[in-house]
Amino acid sequence: MVAYIIRRLLYAVLTIWSISVLAFVIIHLPSGDYVTSYIASMSASGSAVSEGEAQALREQLGLDQSIYVQYFKWIGLILQGNFGMAMEWGRPVLDVIGDRLALTIVISLAAIVFTWALALPIGIFSAVHRYSLLDYIFTFVGFIGLAVPGFMLALLVMYFGYSWFGLNVGGLFSPEFAEAPWSIAKVWDLITHLPVPAFVLGISGTAQMIRIMRSNLLDELRKPYVVSSRARGLAENRVIMKYPVRVAMNPFVSTIGYLLPYVVSGSIIVSLVLSLPTIGPLLLKALIAQDMFLAGSIVLLLGVMTVIGTFISDLLLMWIDPRIRLGRH
Amino acid sequence: MAEIERETETPAAEEKIAVATQWQLMWWRFRKHRLAMIGTVLLLFFYVIVIGADFLAYVDPNESEAQRSLMAPQPIHWMDQGRFAPYVHPLKGIRDPKTFKRVYKPDLETKVPLKIIGHGYRYKFLGFIPSDLHLLSVEGAKPEETLFLLGTDLQGRDLWSRLMYGTQTSMTIGLVSVALSLFLGILLGGVSGFYGGGIDTVIQRIIEILRSIPTIPLWMGLAAALPGSWSVTQVYFAITIIISLVGWTELARVVRGRFISLRQEDFVMAAELLGCSQGRIIFRHMVPSFISHIIAATTLAIPAMIISETSLSFLGLGLRPPAISWGVLLQDAQNIQALAISPWLLISSVPVIIAVLAFNFMGDGLRDAADPYL
Repeated sequence: MVAYIIRRLLYAVLTIWSISVLAFVIIHLPSGDYVTSYIASMSASGSAVSEGEAQALREQLGLDQSIYVQYFKWIGLILQGNFGMAMEWGRPVLDVIGDRLALTIVISLAAIVFTWALALPIGIFSAVHRYSLLDYIFTFVGFIGLAVPGFMLALLVMYFGYSWFGLNVGGLFSPEFAEAPWSIAKVWDLITHLPVPAFVLGISGTAQMIRIMRSNLLDELRKPYVVSSRARGLAENRVIMKYPVRVAMNPFVSTIGYLLPYVVSGSIIVSLVLSLPTIGPLLLKALIAQDMFLAGSIVLLLGVMTVIGTFISDLLLMWIDPRIRLGRH
Repeated sequence: MAEIERETETPAAEEKIAVATQWQLMWWRFRKHRLAMIGTVLLLFFYVIVIGADFLAYVDPNESEAQRSLMAPQPIHWMDQGRFAPYVHPLKGIRDPKTFKRVYKPDLETKVPLKIIGHGYRYKFLGFIPSDLHLLSVEGAKPEETLFLLGTDLQGRDLWSRLMYGTQTSMTIGLVSVALSLFLGILLGGVSGFYGGGIDTVIQRIIEILRSIPTIPLWMGLAAALPGSWSVTQVYFAITIIISLVGWTELARVVRGRFISLRQEDFVMAAELLGCSQGRIIFRHMVPSFISHIIAATTLAIPAMIISETSLSFLGLGLRPPAISWGVLLQDAQNIQALAISPWLLISSVPVIIAVLAFNFMGDGLRDAADPYL
């Protein structure tokens, strides 16, 4: 068990390291460097930067060194909690990101809770009442949920919310709370705004989960132990809930590792449509302005966040599945 | 499945199944999957549009005119005095004196006759056959001034024609990306499954890492770094590469799983004992027995690619104008203000949803059919 945790931890560290390399690559992909864009912005505002000044600036920032040295310097700073400056904002990256990162996590978690709360009962129902009318309806809705990309669903929800109910479904806070400091009332306001983004983000994951849950439970229900417990006269509810559902839930927990990056990914683009104050719109703005330190840091932080989430799901899986706990696959 | 069982009850049918090739068995099973057949027909329809986009469009998709900005879809009248003679009423744009918005009023007095299959702007069919034939054309007037099947966008470009070209781009970009992913997936998945050991571990770790990174931020970062000076074609291929970067992992997983399970089959052992070369074992004995699974997995991978391209272009980081794709078209429908005034801009989402569903249905059918003995 300890060996398993250590192995998972090592993978997590390895993954975080590869993400840091990818983020660094993203930072360095556009032609030119920070100084080039600095010069461009300075000359746009009317003041010229001489060749000597540019050279001095490069030396000061270490941009004249080899790419490997730059990478280790960057990582070194990040390990000390220094993500660099967001150029456009003239403030440290962490300052700019802070709240938005937290809200991204809140929305992603809400979407996952939504997914589970819906997929589990529907999956069980669909498996137990296979080929019933409701099963067909759920299957159909599930297919639609899979086929409609998140941002498009957001557009449709927004459009119909507006044209049918006259509602503006965007945003995470009511106007009076948007700039207010945190309070109980603001948290409650946030909670009341969560269902729409959670629905939009969670629906395709829900569709997948229902299919997984349904087919797993169907496999389980065919097994002899189910027949035997029925033969012993157990109540139908108990026959299904006691063991088959528990076994069928295993892959359910293991997929949360894949669900999380998927939801975080989706939240980026859905936030843009629904104008949610998450990290998504910030990332897009940073990329378009080629504010690569900000963009790279966001990619890195999102990656790290999902890796931690996946690690937690691994632990969770170990907790519910004794086969993994005991080191047998 | 139940129907196949019933078939096997008669001896003649049983014999038919016994001598059928693998592909025949697959086809018989696939035919029974009603949704999969519907999906297949829909996709054929889409690819007819891909090939004939020039013919189906009736005006140049980049022809813009501020005077025709944001026109609503225009109905076609099919019958005129009891005879089949399609016509439209010409639209006149005037500025509303109160709101200063452009409004369009049909001129009910005049009828502009439409011609099914007529002459229009010139193009090269399939890129080399010069032609000016179009499905629809207008008699005695310019089509770009009279015909607005699905309305126009902000720059006054005809949405129907743009949708045809968008379909061409979006449906092919999925295929190109999947081809690239398939190549990587088969190569790396095959190596991983066939050789196993250390190289397998390395490839599996890479897959795990790639799958644990949120894809959209990664794609956004990579796509934003494409130089602005690149041509439409260069961006197109760069986007396919970016999308395939993550797309190959799922296919590699399927290929690896198949290789591992087949390695333990008796016929592979027999081939090995008979002294077959490794290449022969792989290509003559193993590949034919899992190619159907690969086809199914590939079909199921395409919709994800289409959604990826659409999302990236929607954000303005994928294909850029003058390229036209479903995502580029949907960019106009980005905010509630635009949608409230001109909801028809949302029409490009319909083909996306239908195409993705059709690919999913067909892939599901193929996957079920790939195991005829199940």
